[in-house]
Amino acid sequence: MAGGVLAVSALVLTGCNRHQSALAPFGLEARSTLGLTVVLTIGAAAIALAVAAIYVAAARAPEGRLSHKGGMRLVLWLGAIIPTVVLTALLLWALPAMRPLPAEAGDLRIRVEGEQFWWRVAYRPPGAPPLFSANEVRLPVGRTVVFELAATDVVHSFWIPGLAGKMDMIPGRTNRLVVKADKPGTYRGVCAEFCGLSHALMAFDVIAMEPAAFDAWLAAARTAPPRPQDRGAALFAREGCASCHAVADNGTRDIGPDLTRFGERLTLGAGILAPTPENTAAFIRDPHRFKPGARMPAYAHLSEDEALALARWLKRTSPEEGR
Amino acid sequence: MSDERRKWHERLNVTLWTLIIPPTVWAGHFLFSYLWAAISCAKEGAFAKFPTLFVAGTVLALAIILLSGWIAHRQTGMRGDSPPHDEGTEIDRLRFLAKSTLLLAGLSFVGVLFTALPVVFIGDCR
Repeated sequence: MAGGVLAVSALVLTGCNRHQSALAPFGLEARSTLGLTVVLTIGAAAIALAVAAIYVAAARAPEGRLSHKGGMRLVLWLGAIIPTVVLTALLLWALPAMRPLPAEAGDLRIRVEGEQFWWRVAYRPPGAPPLFSANEVRLPVGRTVVFELAATDVVHSFWIPGLAGKMDMIPGRTNRLVVKADKPGTYRGVCAEFCGLSHALMAFDVIAMEPAAFDAWLAAARTAPPRPQDRGAALFAREGCASCHAVADNGTRDIGPDLTRFGERLTLGAGILAPTPENTAAFIRDPHRFKPGARMPAYAHLSEDEALALARWLKRTSPEEGR
Repeated sequence: MSDERRKWHERLNVTLWTLIIPPTVWAGHFLFSYLWAAISCAKEGAFAKFPTLFVAGTVLALAIILLSGWIAHRQTGMRGDSPPHDEGTEIDRLRFLAKSTLLLAGLSFVGVLFTALPVVFIGDCR
């Protein structure tokens, strides 16, 4: 019965959160981990109930019914032999799940670097130049993807609960996490290692796409969306945004997030705000209100109107949009 | 019990020192396994295809544990003193140590197996 209750509550919890939950897997590793979790939880509940039942039976047994020898035999079997066998079986069953997925040289590599408090992303398809992005990861469903995880300032941890276990991002080394998504959808990943004031505000969107759609997106993403030379462009130049951010070939990718395809992102500020021009403008004028400890300086001297013009220009995905 | 038989047991007498043999072997095997894995990963970048040294070490550890368990088991079977049981005697002490050694040997045997299994299944430096 406890097993049933657990299974039902797992389903209910899954219903609450489908985009960031190890109970709602969309990848091979998370799926096998969920299998282990369910079996271990139900098994532990069953064992707890059985022990309680034996305890009650022993306490209620009439005098003279239980022998010392029988008790010792019970301890030997239920206390030593059966636990050893059960634990051995669980170990033999669970160990293969710890084996990393095999990856080949031709698999897509995605390099993700953790920064306080955002994610630098570079898609490195075999035999093609890299494509830069930030705070969003797109994956082809059914294909093996190798994440190369690094950090530049402090230790972060890359965790997409529905896809795989977490993996630390450590300055000075590159960790590999091999994953395979198996269900298209929009999900969320987070930083899982305390990294500073806005640690809890460091997340990213994960978009698992059908392979054909992914290939089409990757090809299209190589062409930066055209942006007019309007007031927004002038503000971008005047305020020196390019000394930290890149828009297409203008600017640097070594300091702040790449903004080339900013308009396409599902969230703003690494997974914390709705991607509206108003929020973007407010973020530009006072980033620390939304993200304490962020390295971006406040542009409070911009008027609301100017900030909005800059935000609209940044958010452009096509020339017609945002007029 | 004849004097001759008693002597045979006395020669194999378990003591506090022999009691710690199985857990010590387990600890040694544990340490060896982790050092071996760390060193082969750092120096070679991978586990050996057939880890001869590791297999030999594991077999040796299991053999020592089995042997101490067997010796202890022989001594748990010794006849105890007759009543009244008013105070601890040498033979009580021996039987207690033997039983403890036997239990520890069982635990250590399983411990060594559990330490060795990941090598068989994972064989990867990550």
